[in-house]
Amino acid sequence: MIERIFRPMWAFVFRDFHLNRRYLNWVIVFTFYAVVNSATIALIGVAAHDFRLLLRLLLGAVTWSYLAAMFSEIAQSISWERWEGTLEYTFMAPVSRLVHLTGVSISATGYAVVRVVLVVLGLTLLVPFQLHGANLLGILVVLIVGSLAFMGLGLMAAVLPVMSPEHGGPATNIFQGLMLLVSGVYYPVAVLPKWLQPASVFSPATYALSASRQLLGVDNPKSTPGHLVGASLMDVLPQLGILLLMGAAMIPLGLFIFNRAEHWAKCTGKLKRTG
Amino acid sequence: MQDAACFKETMEEAQRDNPAIVVEDLKKVFRKRSGFAGTKVTEQWALKGISFRVEDREIYGILGPNGSGKSTLIRILSTLLIPDGGTVQILGHSLPRDEFWIRQHIGRVSVDAAFYKKLSARENLLYAAQLYGIKPADAQRRAMEILKRLRLESKRFNDPLEEMSRGMQQKVSVTRALLINPPLLLLDEPTTGLDPRSKRDVQEYLEDLRAEQGTTIVLTTHDMAEAERMCDRIAFLAHGRIVAEGIADELKAKAGVDNLEEAFIELTGEKFDDESEESS
Repeated sequence: MIERIFRPMWAFVFRDFHLNRRYLNWVIVFTFYAVVNSATIALIGVAAHDFRLLLRLLLGAVTWSYLAAMFSEIAQSISWERWEGTLEYTFMAPVSRLVHLTGVSISATGYAVVRVVLVVLGLTLLVPFQLHGANLLGILVVLIVGSLAFMGLGLMAAVLPVMSPEHGGPATNIFQGLMLLVSGVYYPVAVLPKWLQPASVFSPATYALSASRQLLGVDNPKSTPGHLVGASLMDVLPQLGILLLMGAAMIPLGLFIFNRAEHWAKCTGKLKRTG
Repeated sequence: MQDAACFKETMEEAQRDNPAIVVEDLKKVFRKRSGFAGTKVTEQWALKGISFRVEDREIYGILGPNGSGKSTLIRILSTLLIPDGGTVQILGHSLPRDEFWIRQHIGRVSVDAAFYKKLSARENLLYAAQLYGIKPADAQRRAMEILKRLRLESKRFNDPLEEMSRGMQQKVSVTRALLINPPLLLLDEPTTGLDPRSKRDVQEYLEDLRAEQGTTIVLTTHDMAEAERMCDRIAFLAHGRIVAEGIADELKAKAGVDNLEEAFIELTGEKFDDESEESS
């Protein structure tokens, strides 16, 4: 029974690992772009001679790099299968959607972790910053908890390519772009137009970033360029609680929506290979 | 090749209460929206109420031109489409209620060898095997055995699929379907576009498979010679309906002609190479 669950789950990790290996050039290009993009954003803080701005931008760039990579890997997994023409074979395998999408999520998380480590390493070469006094372990906990909600969002976005072979894949980028806009990744949510600000409440990135900033000590008046005063995990319990709740709600909701979309696609013939 | 009349007699003598597939009044319609805001809906009936049964260990052929509903039928049997009417029983289990069980017991080969093209045959096959809960070592051993019988050089096992010919890719596709040793194999034009040698390799292996393992096979094809050679019974499918069914000799006799292609034209009223858009 355990083999029936974990071996198929591992199959997706196995597949994605070898796909990344075979498409290594793409992985290198995307990672290089992520490093450069994060560095150019963070260097705005350096140019402004404002260590708080630098750290805010740095944190936003790194956190978004991780969350976006994970979200994108999950959301695009169906588009990828459509492109390769393997979607029907995956869907006719005796694998529950929970096992399927958990396998994809594990793989996506692994990919995102490797990429964010490379991004941080790249940033150390390009951007002068120090994190002495920051609660880095706490930030790691926030990212892990926040990952759950992003998995749920990824599952919801993965529905789009199931429903529309032509437009579903690109539409996931709109989904991702909206989250980037409303979550206050590089700026406070308060600078958004008033009508848009309420949307930030629904993005898990808002809470992940808010908690991470506290743990980093960016907004703490006692922090100095040489020594940050990061908060403890107890101080960010409200955000952690919201992130946990979001994860607990979004993963089952994402699976439910995915199952409904799959049923619809089987009724309308949308699983058929295209491209 | 098994004598068709003899086979028919054997089948009739056999216990007929355990057919591999029973399809009753199966219907499938595809709706296309067009016009402003998609308000105009046009219906295209792919299957208009077809019924047939496939006996255990039988090779059942479905012949029809493009757009006749062959692929739609195979997709329904593969649990990839939900029909709009009728019932389907596979190996004693109903669709869609028992689709998970059915998926564990069927293998499918489609006309396009759908693989991750950059991955090797080995990587593709081990991925597929693990989806079915098979250990990689066991899967690799079985894959090598099947590929050897299909006359694919073992040194190609680690080559990316994109570097293989269509014939080689299709042999890997057949191997993927057989990794789980399924009692029922659904083949949707598996030899279309293959060179004569590759076509013969696949056909011979499928015949051996039925003889050795007792695998039931549903085969859709455009190839009259292939159908006549391999299939115990053949159904002519045209415009979503089965217009005739029987052993090849029966169909020819019914049409009063001496080859299967003429029988098809006579019984369906259309040429076999008619091209129309496949709805699904």
